[in-house]
Amino acid sequence: MLKLHGNLPVLNSASRDAYLVTITTNANLPSVLKKNRALLMQPDQDPKGYKAVLTKEKERKAVDADSDVFQISDDYSYLNEGDIVRLDPSSGSMQSLYRKNSPHNTILLTEQCNHYCLMCSQPPKDVDDSWLLQEAFELISLMPTDTKGIGFSGGEPTLYGDRFIDLLHHTKRSLPTTAIDILSNGRAFKDIEFAKKYAAVEHPDMLLGIPIYSDDAVRHDYVVQSRGAFDETIKGILNLKKVDQKVEIRIVIHKQTIDRLVKTCEFIARNLLFVDHVALMGLEITGFTRPNLDLLWIDPYEYKDILSEAVAVLNNYGMNASVYNHQLCTINPDVLGNYRRSISDWKTEFLDECLSCTKRADCGGLFSSSKQFRHSRYIKAFK
Amino acid sequence: MSEFRTIEFYKTRESSSYRLLPFRFTSLDKDQYVLTNMSGEYLVSTRDKLLDLLQHKLSNEDPTYVELRSRHFLTDNNSSIAPELLAIKLRTRYDRLAEFTGLHIFVVTLRCEHSCSYCQVSRQSEDKLRYDMSSEIAVGAIDLALRSPSKNIKIEFQGGEPLLNFELIKFVVLEAKKRNQRRGKNLAFVIATNLALINEHILTFCGQHSILISTSLDGPKDLHNANRPRPGRDSYEKTIDGIKFVRQILGKDRVSVLMTTTEASLNRVREIIDEYLIQNLNGIFLRPLSPYGFAIKTKSYRAYNAERWLDFYKEGLEYIIDLNRQGIDFIEYYAATILKKMLTSEDPGYVDLMSPSGIGIGAVVYNYDGYVYASDESRMLAEMGEEKFRLGNVLEDSYEKIFTSPNLLDPLEESFAYSVPMCSDCAFEPYCGADPVFHYALYRDYVGRKPESEFCSRNMATFRFLIKKMEADKFIRQLFTKWANN
Repeated sequence: MLKLHGNLPVLNSASRDAYLVTITTNANLPSVLKKNRALLMQPDQDPKGYKAVLTKEKERKAVDADSDVFQISDDYSYLNEGDIVRLDPSSGSMQSLYRKNSPHNTILLTEQCNHYCLMCSQPPKDVDDSWLLQEAFELISLMPTDTKGIGFSGGEPTLYGDRFIDLLHHTKRSLPTTAIDILSNGRAFKDIEFAKKYAAVEHPDMLLGIPIYSDDAVRHDYVVQSRGAFDETIKGILNLKKVDQKVEIRIVIHKQTIDRLVKTCEFIARNLLFVDHVALMGLEITGFTRPNLDLLWIDPYEYKDILSEAVAVLNNYGMNASVYNHQLCTINPDVLGNYRRSISDWKTEFLDECLSCTKRADCGGLFSSSKQFRHSRYIKAFK
Repeated sequence: MSEFRTIEFYKTRESSSYRLLPFRFTSLDKDQYVLTNMSGEYLVSTRDKLLDLLQHKLSNEDPTYVELRSRHFLTDNNSSIAPELLAIKLRTRYDRLAEFTGLHIFVVTLRCEHSCSYCQVSRQSEDKLRYDMSSEIAVGAIDLALRSPSKNIKIEFQGGEPLLNFELIKFVVLEAKKRNQRRGKNLAFVIATNLALINEHILTFCGQHSILISTSLDGPKDLHNANRPRPGRDSYEKTIDGIKFVRQILGKDRVSVLMTTTEASLNRVREIIDEYLIQNLNGIFLRPLSPYGFAIKTKSYRAYNAERWLDFYKEGLEYIIDLNRQGIDFIEYYAATILKKMLTSEDPGYVDLMSPSGIGIGAVVYNYDGYVYASDESRMLAEMGEEKFRLGNVLEDSYEKIFTSPNLLDPLEESFAYSVPMCSDCAFEPYCGADPVFHYALYRDYVGRKPESEFCSRNMATFRFLIKKMEADKFIRQLFTKWANN
């Protein structure tokens, strides 16, 4: 697992406030550019004139008094030219916000949410964190226009209402060809006017990933811990399709959803056949999942036949379906056509058992949290 | 972190507060009932639970309750999205009506070199003038076809044996394309032929104009040749060679094959299916025998009843299911048509199982002599002297006059199953059709008396059979879902 944020020793502090900055390895930039770059410094380089300097060396080299100098450890050796970080010299914190060579750049827009899902990986906090949205505007501006894709997640991004729509317009202007994946519970789109505003962004490649955890309204409401959620989410999806927007349905598989998984897929095929994609996702052992583990955990190997049946329903109806977050040794071969290596690069792990596996290159691996807390008891190397 | 609530918190307290959505029910077998809602979704339940449901006594703790809510048979304080989803599904189901007539059948000649006993219409004659469609009539028919609001127009050439008048087929294809230029509809062509007269010249033309071939294969050689006599007694050989020829020149997917069931077929369903396997076909349509034409005259229709056909059908379907279980992909198209209605919101567009009926508005027939009929069966009735479904004449009547003819509108309206006695409260109405021509042919009435209707008893038994099969076996359920979406 990559360490995306942490506190670093500050060798020199010049700025008072936190800021976003693009990393460079080029020590010979024109001085006008140095002023807004962070130099990822090699021992023999001259760091003068850079806004910030990231160095592995402990001793302070001669730097300008107005450079912020952070000492970085090997944890951050993934950092490279074009990456974007947030630096806060007053606290010494650094957060990697954008990795140029990664397909998995997701921007957290808020930790507030109107759901309280049993297995939430990003437990909601009821505090004003609208600075995250402000930062997202800036981050988007800094990203290179050839960025393939980015994600927006939360919390619930649509809680910002029109300001969320503004962010989408801003993103389309800054990154016209970058695909956008948005994770939302979809409830805001029950208001057709909001759906129309969203559609008015007229983005060529924008997808909303919306969860439906059961065909049973009560069970869905229970999983997301919010009364009336099911109806509003369905209504939201209907409105989004009325205005021709791309929608993906996401189902997290766990003990509270597995019993109705096949029926849920049948419900989707009969009522929401027009959605663009259905993702059947394994459980990530993080956030609320950890305290609720007994309530949620079921070994994927034990539900593999149900998964096969659910995938068959979606395939037979001609729907575009994917299986995410599973290991090849825990699924039946009949779902291989739908199997995707989906876990973000920075949190993919393998077990020792996997080292000798002949299919490792094709396998999505495990969440680092699964490796740490709970994974299938049937992980076994293919020989 | 605040407390998580249990699922009990999210259930409505009083279970009697649910509201029923429109649905119908009927017995499935001794113990079970089948319930269907407006969009054709079905649910199987015991009689006791059904009674509880109807008396508002079903507990929301009951597993059936959850099924009923998620499949839109009831709504309660926990979810009221059902009416909106039902409306979308119903709209999808009837979408086809707005398109109006898509299939336009041109009877280019009544002449045929076969003399099949069950054939409704063909003539053994050399008299071209008398039984061939003229180019003047063809032009009138093309103009009527292109007037249809439908974006997709399919012209199907039938006979007799249409290849006996191939010159007219060529003329119609070229003329229709020319006249369509400013309208820009999607034009498709099919020739329904016994293939005895197929040759390279014809197939080259078919290739140039993307014309599909539809032909007949009734089963093994002896059965096929007995059903389809022609000079030389070689109908089977001609058909098989023809299919190979078409595949070779036009491609494997360019020829479809239909089977006609006769009394001689009834004990031989496996052999018939095997013949289709031998010919490398990926499905078969186990059709009921139609009651029209010589079939009625010669009493061959009455020669077997619904029950005997059902035995034939069930044996065939079981055999096909077993083939699939062995990994051989093979479809039974009659089941696939019905299953599409049961498991999806799409209408398969099969004229016999449409309500409102598909006559005139799904398909229309331009006969060789210029008369326009509401369906293929309608012109067969006319050949027998019953002109009830004659809509007008290509040369004399306008499009408006033909398609608002009382001979079309009356049967459409009167036979609409949703408002027909016994159909209106039949649980299988969403799967069934109106078929006013069938009922008129047998009962002199667009509706008929359903308890006596062979159409009704045959279809009801088929619906029950299909539901029981897929309820009992997950493999069959998956197979049927695949067929429904085929």
